[in-house]
Amino acid sequence: MKAFITVIGHDTVGVVAKVAALCSELNINIEDVTQSILQGMFAMIMLVDLSNCNVGHEELHARTEALAKEMGMQINLTRQEVFDAMHTI
Amino acid sequence: MAVLSIAAEEFTEKGYFSMSMINTGDILETIEMFTQDNLDVRTVTMGISLLDCIDPDPKKACEKVYNKITTKAANLVPAVEHISAEYGIPIINKRISVTPIAMLLGACPDADPVDFAKALDAAGKKVGVNFVGGYTALVHKGFSTGDRRLIESIPRALAETDIVCSSVNIGATKAGLNMDAIKLMGEAVKKASELTADRQCIGAAKLVVFCNAPEDNPFMAGAFHGPGEPDCEIHVGVSGPGAVRAALAKLPKDASIDEVAELVKRTAFKITRVGQLVANLASKALGVPAGIIDLSLAPTPAVGDSVANILEEMGLETCGCCGTTACLALLNDAVKKGGVMASNHVGGLSGAFIPVSEDDGMIHAAECGCLTIEKLEAMTAVCSVGIDMVVIPGDTTPAVISALIADEAAIGMVNSKTTAVRVIPAIGRKAGEILDFGGLLGYAPIMPVNQRDPSVFINRGGRLPAPMQSLKN
Repeated sequence: MKAFITVIGHDTVGVVAKVAALCSELNINIEDVTQSILQGMFAMIMLVDLSNCNVGHEELHARTEALAKEMGMQINLTRQEVFDAMHTI
Repeated sequence: MAVLSIAAEEFTEKGYFSMSMINTGDILETIEMFTQDNLDVRTVTMGISLLDCIDPDPKKACEKVYNKITTKAANLVPAVEHISAEYGIPIINKRISVTPIAMLLGACPDADPVDFAKALDAAGKKVGVNFVGGYTALVHKGFSTGDRRLIESIPRALAETDIVCSSVNIGATKAGLNMDAIKLMGEAVKKASELTADRQCIGAAKLVVFCNAPEDNPFMAGAFHGPGEPDCEIHVGVSGPGAVRAALAKLPKDASIDEVAELVKRTAFKITRVGQLVANLASKALGVPAGIIDLSLAPTPAVGDSVANILEEMGLETCGCCGTTACLALLNDAVKKGGVMASNHVGGLSGAFIPVSEDDGMIHAAECGCLTIEKLEAMTAVCSVGIDMVVIPGDTTPAVISALIADEAAIGMVNSKTTAVRVIPAIGRKAGEILDFGGLLGYAPIMPVNQRDPSVFINRGGRLPAPMQSLKN
């Protein structure tokens, strides 16, 4: 049950910390992180394991949406299978 | 957010470092497709056979229909919404297609056909789908017992229900064109519009007249569950004109047409793989076999999610100008070539749709007079479906509508492809005015139609013979 969390928007202090804190609270293990800052815009991709997540999908999405709104950034959570289907043969 | 594409390129330039076997540029490209380019799975449609609901007592038959649909599709909407939330894939519509109701009607000669439409409407609403297709008759070679009664009841059925869609197959390459049915359908389209004149003539927007109708089409309003299909199955219709347009926008304007075709193919592959993934997941979750993936590019009125805009991105000033048919032929072919390898079973309509009122670029092209109904007819020779969601003047006669249907059907018959007509006579309005349906159906300017009288031709009746192309054995 792996997924990618992508975070995109204006760079501010504590972006990584806030997303990581949410993961920690929901028992989501972060396996890999990569990020880039271009002209003040921030793009981060996190590979996470949802196997032991302590809430359901609906609540998980509600929580990430709430965090995105709070930080004024775009956060998407998409299962790894989607990327596998689209980008591997 | 332009930052997405910049970031995707930046990550790519850094040397495609990957996370869990997937490179970061690809990850951001996918997110960009979902969030900005309107990539979505347009519909998950459950096909349900009603052949075991045939009963000489119409009341019992309707009860069986209602019970079968509400049992088979009980879990359809929650299961699909769960997949959408769990995987982060937008899935827009959940729908049902059923056995052509005319087949059930044949067994009960005294029934009011509209009762069946009401049973479909109630069952669809109970399970929460947004359309039920299958108020249908297949009459390409002639009428069987229930067919004529069903066709005559279509306008009333569409006026008295909300989510029922109707279609009639009036021709086929193998059978020729049923000219008696074509005459009836010209009248039915006009009447469907008249009976719903107080609701933007919505009745006619839920009625499609087909030649070579596919029996596994997941898209409305033409979806029905053919008699050769299994008891129950799941079809998926993908979409994504916006994603194709966005990909082409990044291509230099002097790139050769070979590169354009290649890029469309690659994008179509990715889009279709998402559809196949959803089909597999939905089939497993519902315990129902996966039927087909429909490779159609289905536009929406959302800005940028337009087939017309793709053609313009290829290098046309406005859709409808000279070159439109050639660009559309390329698009239609490349989408199939990309999609076919990405899916297990291809079916349905599988091609680019050109519904005028549902496509922002088509609406613009029609409004400025660049796109005419004659050009649309030419375009239908090289793409999926036909004269679709075109609003015509309210005083257009049934004979003119019938003749328009005959022209489209002839294109389909001779080219061994599906063609269809879904026109909406805007009762009480004239060419140049606007008819606004709202939502996915969009709005459209009323397009002028040649009003010279073809009624002697239409009144002849009979069957237009099948062409030589039908003799393939």
